[in-house]
Amino acid sequence: MKKCRILGLFGNFDDAFAAIGDFKNKKVDGITVDDVTFLSPIEHPDIDDVLGPRPSVIPKVTLCGAAFGITFGFLFLASAQSNFLIQPQGGKAIVPLPSNIVLTYEMMILFSVIFTVIAFLVTTRLFRKRKSLYSEKISLDQVAIEFEVDEKYIDQIKGVFKDNHAVEVREEVQT
Amino acid sequence: MQNNEVYKDINEDLKWAQINKDVLKSMENPRKGYWISVAVCLFLIMFAVVGEVYQYQVGMGAANLNWPHMWDLYIATFIFWIGMSHAGTLLSAILHIMNADWRKPIYRFAEAMTTFSLMTAGLFPMIHLGRLWNMYWVLPYLTDRGIWPNFRSPLVWDAFAISTYLTSSALFLFIGMIPDLAICRDNARGWRKKLYTALSLGWRGDDRQWRNFRRTYLIMACFLIPLAVSVHSIVSSDFAMSIMPGWSVTSFPPYFVAGALYSGCAAIITLFILLRYYFRWEEYMTIAILEKTAKLTFAIAMVWTYLNLIEFASVWYGHSAADKEVLLAKFSGPYAPFFWGMIFCGSVVPFALAFEKWRRHLPTMMVVSILLNIGMWLERWMIVTPTLSLSYHPIAHDVMWPSWVQWFIVLGSFGWFGLLFLIFVKVFPAVSMYECKEMVLHRRELANKEISPVMANNPGGGASIGGGSPAPGVANKSPGVEGS
Repeated sequence: MKKCRILGLFGNFDDAFAAIGDFKNKKVDGITVDDVTFLSPIEHPDIDDVLGPRPSVIPKVTLCGAAFGITFGFLFLASAQSNFLIQPQGGKAIVPLPSNIVLTYEMMILFSVIFTVIAFLVTTRLFRKRKSLYSEKISLDQVAIEFEVDEKYIDQIKGVFKDNHAVEVREEVQT
Repeated sequence: MQNNEVYKDINEDLKWAQINKDVLKSMENPRKGYWISVAVCLFLIMFAVVGEVYQYQVGMGAANLNWPHMWDLYIATFIFWIGMSHAGTLLSAILHIMNADWRKPIYRFAEAMTTFSLMTAGLFPMIHLGRLWNMYWVLPYLTDRGIWPNFRSPLVWDAFAISTYLTSSALFLFIGMIPDLAICRDNARGWRKKLYTALSLGWRGDDRQWRNFRRTYLIMACFLIPLAVSVHSIVSSDFAMSIMPGWSVTSFPPYFVAGALYSGCAAIITLFILLRYYFRWEEYMTIAILEKTAKLTFAIAMVWTYLNLIEFASVWYGHSAADKEVLLAKFSGPYAPFFWGMIFCGSVVPFALAFEKWRRHLPTMMVVSILLNIGMWLERWMIVTPTLSLSYHPIAHDVMWPSWVQWFIVLGSFGWFGLLFLIFVKVFPAVSMYECKEMVLHRRELANKEISPVMANNPGGGASIGGGSPAPGVANKSPGVEGS
């Protein structure tokens, strides 16, 4: 069975949400709301209610970044200070905790931010070649629902789009 | 002045397509004032180049920098620009976490201010160093040349904190701009199209991207706030951790942070008015938003004034003779006109912001915001120089005035910042289009209005199933793909 991509463009959120409601209600057997990719010019505040909870790993990656920043930051400083035997310490600690706390704090924030950004780039699947159907109207004032499904579902999905006043439907068949 | 400008942060009947059109068009077609400002900035940069070349040839003596005045306008201006950078954090991160959505049309340029003012501040340690060819010595890296950073010094902390802040704020600015860069990509031609295509990283606005985008933005905002506080606390430590009279004050970190937020807010007002004029953004940079920014500035001005009084009281009741002498010298010594200028601009002028009529009057606000920033720059100068002129040892008592070289370089820094900023707002959307759309959505919900009329809204008809014409530049079929 060939895989197809189909995209329905809608003029407003209500029509698109109604279409998603139909998929939720199993109007097309074999298609669930988890198969829906929703494209929009903004993130609608009700989108989580409509699509259901979809977790994100970013906060966990951020936590890892913070832990790495603290560990690496402190060890980096402490190892540099421990290896430096030329500067007279004058009886002061070789690894001064108060100043290292300040610098470790900065490193924690730096690595947290960097890890967060990397996680964002990976989880949002940016940098990938755009293979999906895309309409420039999505960045303007329309919303869209996209599926990547077996060819047999295409007509039924089209029907749901049409019933909910889709402005335009686009599709691609992978060869 | 239209009524909706006065009473509404944004016109909730603004169509989404219109928002894209307005912002994209304005980037192509600014008023003549924009180009005049670019020319002024270039002119100011020329001043700095002349000053710097002369200083490079002759030595630091040309700047009048000599013991005990090793720090002067360069360091004062360095602190000023670091302080200015707090504008973006305040307007973008803090107000974002507080769900103050009136920030949306103006936060982008505030974030840009953060990045560019940090880049400007970063020049001053190098200029101050004198020997430019050794400028990498200011970086806290480890070497085998026997020049190892003293990790106990707040100057090294500065380098860590500022580089972390610059990295984080630049990433924050870029991440927040990605959806708008995608809008630009979809509408641009020529070199702009290539630039926006590369920078938008393939953003298409799907639910996965938006969900992760929101989380990322919120998390970064949460990190930027303590980072901004730590950066200016550390800058204040350059002074507060010394034993110089007038500097070793425990209230310095909050005093510096409040001053930073204050100067940042004042600069936002100045740039708000200029951008509104240059790019005809009356629909987005509304008087209502200006009023809110002005109220925020007034509140911070009062905090700053209070912290000033606390500092004076601490010195007065501390009974340290040297500290008192410095304080009295500020009141009545050779630098007194500048000190009282600071008090006037920083603590008296902001009362103009308490009056609604003046808050809504753009020329008044422009003058007030410039005076506030002059006051905040004077504050930094009055922190650095009077103390160095009255140190503990009478041998170190010396009044020094900056030479023309220092003034030229300080003026040039404003030109440098201005030029970077003006290039940014011309090339990138300084008004966040997607967030203005969100704002319209929220305002319509509050007004119990449907969102459909401002969107494409073609309910019930016009469906061109399978045969819809693609948007310009988008192919319905691609090689290796079979169309329906």
